[in-house]
Parts: sequence; structure tokens; C-alpha cells
Amino acid sequence: MISGIFQYEFLQNAFLTGILIGILAPLLGVFIVVRRLSLIADALSHVTLAGIAASLLLEKSFASLAGLNPLYLGMVFSVSGSLFIEKLRGVYKHYQELAIPIILSTGIGLGVIFISLANGFNTDLFSYLFGSVSAVSRTDLWVILAISVLVILTIILLYKELFLLSFDEEFAKASGLAAKSLHFIFIVMVALVIAASMRIVGIMLVSSLMTLPVAASIRVAKGFKQTIFLSVLFGEISVLGGLFAAYYLDLAPGGTIVMLSVFILVLAIFYRKIRAGKGIQEVQKGERK
Amino acid sequence: MESTIEINQLFYQYEKELVLENVSLSVPKGAFLAIVGPNGSGKSTLLKLILGLLRMQTGQIYLFGQEIHKFKDWQKIGYVSQKANSFNTGFPATVFEVVASGLTKKLGMFTFFKKEHAEKVLTALDAVGMRPFKDRNIGELSGGQQQRIFIARALISEPELLILDEPTVGVDAGNVNAFYQMLSSLNKEHGITLLLVTHDIGTISDRVTQVACLNKQLHFHGDVEEFQQLQREDVSKVYGHEIHLLHHNHEHGGVLN
Repeated sequence: MISGIFQYEFLQNAFLTGILIGILAPLLGVFIVVRRLSLIADALSHVTLAGIAASLLLEKSFASLAGLNPLYLGMVFSVSGSLFIEKLRGVYKHYQELAIPIILSTGIGLGVIFISLANGFNTDLFSYLFGSVSAVSRTDLWVILAISVLVILTIILLYKELFLLSFDEEFAKASGLAAKSLHFIFIVMVALVIAASMRIVGIMLVSSLMTLPVAASIRVAKGFKQTIFLSVLFGEISVLGGLFAAYYLDLAPGGTIVMLSVFILVLAIFYRKIRAGKGIQEVQKGERK
Repeated sequence: MESTIEINQLFYQYEKELVLENVSLSVPKGAFLAIVGPNGSGKSTLLKLILGLLRMQTGQIYLFGQEIHKFKDWQKIGYVSQKANSFNTGFPATVFEVVASGLTKKLGMFTFFKKEHAEKVLTALDAVGMRPFKDRNIGELSGGQQQRIFIARALISEPELLILDEPTVGVDAGNVNAFYQMLSSLNKEHGITLLLVTHDIGTISDRVTQVACLNKQLHFHGDVEEFQQLQREDVSKVYGHEIHLLHHNHEHGGVLN
């Protein structure tokens, strides 16, 4: 496979995109998880599906639009969905989580209508649902690279503010931080990364890459920076390990990546249990002395 | 004496319910004032108005001599909220990171933490006696320790006024005294004006210098000695006319009994 990477462009595209997504998804995932917004990723991925279905429909209906990259319309839908979620969270102040099922079902509803208008499923759509690394084009790679640069720079520049907003929104507001604008910037980044990730893991599995590495990381990490570092590390291991395993064992890459991150999560939970157990033993020993 | 906070004839209502009625209060520089009142007495509303978290309806608030609408020096005011409301105890951040986050606004956007800021974090941790815990995750600490960390976070931007909302909630009874002692040293040694709000009159220690009793209206504002005197007289059932009135009002709200 290593030699294949040098030989085949589609393998290069898949791996480089995978590496980028392995950084981006868990990086934003840390902020999503600590703010208890894990389901937002799910809602936005279903909205992205509607965008992709719409794009495929347009492609089919208008010959002039053939070759339109569904990534673009997927992003447009995802970002609009994120803005609607923000609006709805304001409307239902006391039921903020309601925004998520509302947007999620709207996404699926629209998606299903577009699919039926396009006369049902085809392999192209299927590849978006569960990911298809072989379908990653050079253009996809460039777009995702641009998103990566944008997101990573934004996170570095606004790290202090995003940390404070995630940790303690009330304090952030009391100290005069522009909480609304920051939240807006953040959710647009999430929407972009979700749209970008779907090529690799597929729409159904995008949210897992944003949450599972983080879930594993907060079991073992000390501090926020370490949580971010370990999340990205676990995400990267899952993506690269998953792609290799899928290649050699001929498995679906999206599923393999996700199962690998589940495996890491289980390891992290056990590691914590063992460490906690040892801690108790040491305390008991100390008491006996 | 110069006032840190000056409130004149403040009214506030949520929908149709009046929660603050003609409240006038002045907090002199260097004071350690406790505002006591039962649940629903408008204490939190008053704090939110002072902090600019709620929009004012009727009345005036001056902060450091400036009208609140025009006030920009928010870093002069440190705020320690009721932690249970706004903080996720499983949050994966170290004590150091939490305290450093208090500098966010002061440093401004697109800036980074530097070495000198680490020094500030340690100084703030020293002021609350928590330096040895700097590398622990915040969720591993007890309620009282966490509260100290939040005070350190507020102190790091070197405020002149520190506002604390129910700071002794979650501090176990045995440590409340030590907690007040620490606040008192911030007040005396660092010269920080302190304003704290509590519904539990039992936690008011004689370390505060002034007490104000709020139950929609301001019923009493004076030195702590005077307040304790009133409390004793209440217990021994020796009322003067005014005191009787005060007692009546508070009994209604359930503070003094």
C-alpha cells in the first residue's frame, strides 16, 4: 500500500484528506463535547445529506450542472443549518436541545424528497452516506486543505476566547466577551468540517469522529490542551489505522475508522479503571503502614 | 468616601412581577459588604444589573463614578458566580488553565499567553492559598477549593471590586470560616472592595464590615455590629418600633428566623 500511495493519485487523495480530517474533526469535537453539543454534529450531517442530494438532483436535471461537486452544496446546507440551529436555540431558550431534532428531521425530510425526485438511490449517494475514500478527488483535497488552514488558524487565534466560552459562558459574558459572534464563528467551522469529513467517513458516521476520540481523551487527559492533543492523536490513529486496515482487509473504510475509535475509547475507559484501582490499592497500602 | 457602586431608586420587574422596588445602595471603596435576603428577594437580579448582564429599567447605577451605560472598565470588576449554575464539573481543564482564562478579556483577541502571565496565575493562586493544586483537573477539587479557584480567576485581572454570588454554597461547613478569612485578607491586604450575596444568614461572618438586607426593598444597610445587635435583640424579643418593623418584614421573607 505504501508503494501504492506514491503510485496512485486516488490513494494520495484519500490519505492526505484522511490526515486532515483526523486533525479537524477531533479538534472541533473537543469544544463540541465539553459544551454538551455532541448531537449538533449529527443534526448538521443530516442537513449536509440534504445538500448533497440536492446537488445530485441538480446534476441530473440540468446537463449544464454535470460535474458539480456535491461538496459545495453540502457545505451551503450545513452552514445554513448551523445558523438555523443558532436561531432556534434563541427561540426556545428553555429547550435549547430542541433545535437539534428540529434541524435533524428537516435535513432528513428534505434529503428524502430530493432523493425521490432524483428517482431514488444510486451508488454515488451511497458513497456519501458511508464514505468512499476512492471517490476523493484532487479538488476535494484542495477544498479540505483550505478549510483546514482556516479552522486551525481560527482555533489558534481564538483559543483563549473559545476556551472561556466553553468552560463558563456566564463568566465569559460577564467579562464582556462577544459571546454571540464567537459562537457563530464556531458553529460555522463545525458545519464546514462536517461537510468536509463526509467523503472519508460518510454522513452517518461523521459525528463519531468528532466525539469518540474526545470521549476517550477526556478519560485520560490532564488539562484542556492535553485533551485536545490526545483527541487529535486518537482521531489520527483511527483514521490512518482504519484506512490501512480497510485497504488490506477489504473492509468499508468509514466503518473501520469508527470501530477503531470505539476500540480506543474502550481501552481508555479500562486504562482509567485500572489506574483508579491502583490508586486505591496504594492508598490502602499506605494506610496499613 | 468614594463609592465603588452607587445605586439610586432602582426598580426592576420581570413580566408583571416587581422584583426590585426603590433600591438605593452605596458601596464605599474598601468595604466588605454582604447582601442577605431570602430566595426570590431580588439579590441575583441586583447583581446581574450591576454586572450589566440585565438591561436596566428604572433607576440609576454608577460604577466607579460612571453611569453604567457608559462604563467600559469591566476588568475593574471581578465576578464569581454560583458555580453550580455555570460550570460543568467534568470539564477537562487544569486549575492553571482555569485561572489563566481570567485574563482573556484583558489581553484581548488574537493574543497569546506569555511567561509573565504564568507568573500572574501563580500570584493569584497564592492569594487564595491554592498554588499546590495548579496541575490538578478542576473537577477533582472539592466545592470549596473550586470556589477558591474561581476567585483566583477573578483576581488575576487585578479587579478593584470583586462580586461573589453565594460563594459559600458547596463549601463544607467546617471550611466556611477559613473561606471568609481568605476573603477578609483580600479585602484588607489587597484593598479589594468585596460585595457578596447570600440567602443563608448563618454564613455571614463577622469578617464582613457591612450588611444589607434585601427583600425586594432594601430593609437595612449598616455596619455588621449594628446588624448583629439587631439579631440579638430579635432573639431576646426586645424590639424598638423600627426594629419591630424590620423584624416583621424579614420574618415574612424568612430571613431572620
